[in-house]
Amino acid sequence: MLKQGIAAISSSLSKGEISSVEITQAYLDQISRHNNDLNAYITVTAEQALAQAATADKIRSAGNAGVFTGVPIAHKDIFCTTGVKTSCGSRMLDNFIAPYNATVVEKLLASGAVMLGKTNMDEFAMGSSNETSYYGPVKNPWNRSLVPGGSSGGSAAAVAGHLCPAATATDTGGSIRQPASFCGLTGIKPTYGRVSRWGMIAFASSLDQAGTLTHSAEDSAIMLNIMAGFDPKDSTSVDLPVPDYCATLNKPLAGLRIGIPRQHFAEGLKPEVETQIRAALHEFEKLGATIKEISLENNHYSVAAYYVIAPAEASANLARYDGVRFGYRCAKPVDLEDLYKRSRAEGFGAEVKRRIMVGTYALSAGYYDAYYIKAQKVRRLIKNDFERALNEVDVIMGPTSPHTAFPLGSKTKDPVAMYLEDIYTIAVNLAGLPGISIPAGLVNGLPIGLQIVGRDFDEAKLLNIAHMFQQATDWHKQTPGA
Amino acid sequence: MAIELKDVENIAHLARLQLSPAEQQEAQNSINNILHMIDQMQAIDTAGVEPLAHAYEASQRLREDVVTEHDQRDVLLALAPNADRGLFLVPKVLE
Repeated sequence: MLKQGIAAISSSLSKGEISSVEITQAYLDQISRHNNDLNAYITVTAEQALAQAATADKIRSAGNAGVFTGVPIAHKDIFCTTGVKTSCGSRMLDNFIAPYNATVVEKLLASGAVMLGKTNMDEFAMGSSNETSYYGPVKNPWNRSLVPGGSSGGSAAAVAGHLCPAATATDTGGSIRQPASFCGLTGIKPTYGRVSRWGMIAFASSLDQAGTLTHSAEDSAIMLNIMAGFDPKDSTSVDLPVPDYCATLNKPLAGLRIGIPRQHFAEGLKPEVETQIRAALHEFEKLGATIKEISLENNHYSVAAYYVIAPAEASANLARYDGVRFGYRCAKPVDLEDLYKRSRAEGFGAEVKRRIMVGTYALSAGYYDAYYIKAQKVRRLIKNDFERALNEVDVIMGPTSPHTAFPLGSKTKDPVAMYLEDIYTIAVNLAGLPGISIPAGLVNGLPIGLQIVGRDFDEAKLLNIAHMFQQATDWHKQTPGA
Repeated sequence: MAIELKDVENIAHLARLQLSPAEQQEAQNSINNILHMIDQMQAIDTAGVEPLAHAYEASQRLREDVVTEHDQRDVLLALAPNADRGLFLVPKVLE
């Protein structure tokens, strides 16, 4: 049972084969056995989970259960949860008990989902390896000497290590898709504005988007059905109807036009990864799709533009952590400036401080045009590339990451090398488009991901394509040590 | 563009971050490496391109001017590192 996803657990619950309390307890036992080792959770909410599960069982026996009633999940510790520590992976918020639920949390709670706990993450979601967390690095369940990817590394390790069947996550530059690739999971970053950002701690507000990490596209569809939709509390939430993502999962792919960007198969891509990705593309041809080479000319500049825009937005968003209203405060401040400066210096880790400084510099007098405005112009060119390509093809496919998971500690001394991790994913955030990573093979026993990018609000199509691939292959069923 | 140690001091002050001399040195090196990577984008001709601040160029939505928040004063004050009688306390600002 513990190797199942949402759909299978939901079906067992509805058949009465297992109760929510039983499955919740089984996951809590799994967490107490393996979390010391994987470090996937920052907080485990055992008591609350069992109470929620008992309520769910009552709702079910009264005949009022929905698909999610009693299914346990975990939340990335970036989502505010009433009465529960919400740390964002930072010492700054180590003492922060959220006074409200994020909209995503509220919606899942209302659907009857049981929260097992809050997952580890890179501090303020700034990282691609889950090594910047104040709570220590997360280990990859496939090989504990490797990173799980980041920033949603705790959510990815928890799902891949079967410490929960599915988890929420967020993606600002690749933080759902790259951990999905490294841990053999399905990870979807919906279109910007599709899922509410309210109560999700802000990193870069024009790029941040909530999504899911699951074992299958079907599970993602079930979860996104609950999470997506307009929220008046998020001023950039988009007011468009949400389709039933499960209804179109089985649509045949005949006639699907796939574009493969030349720039995603260029220098830097590991040949073994390319072989697997090409094999996956061939699988789509067998399903009736056609493949055409396309060009995303400015993709090469996406990391550069992102590392102006994201730090600039972060430097503004993180100005709120001042040691006055909530969060960490230094000991014995001599005056107000000392209070601000030492609280922030001691509360933030090295990578967060680095990005705040880069952003502050890019926005400072004399450099604003050369950095910030220039990056926004490049952002438009990157978006134009996608628009042009998506006029000719229905979706764009390529590798999610140039390689498999890398060893813990191997990139922590070189921030730029870490930033280049997101070379295939980052442009998608700049353009606001939806993207999904699905398991597409193993290289030396480690998973690799295929990224599929669609037009605005085409999540249903991405999930349909991913699901049909998962009906034809079993890469998504591979598990660590299995 | 490269930054000097005095620039690091200024940026750290603007960002209200207290850095030790060793941290300033490390920040100078790593920020210069990052700026070097960022400077790649200077190679693109962006003449006549309008900056894009937001993927959908959405304008801020306005809502009706009605009260939507309920009173959470005590809950929020309880989160403060130092609060008393409804006030957030900080070191003395005026002598």
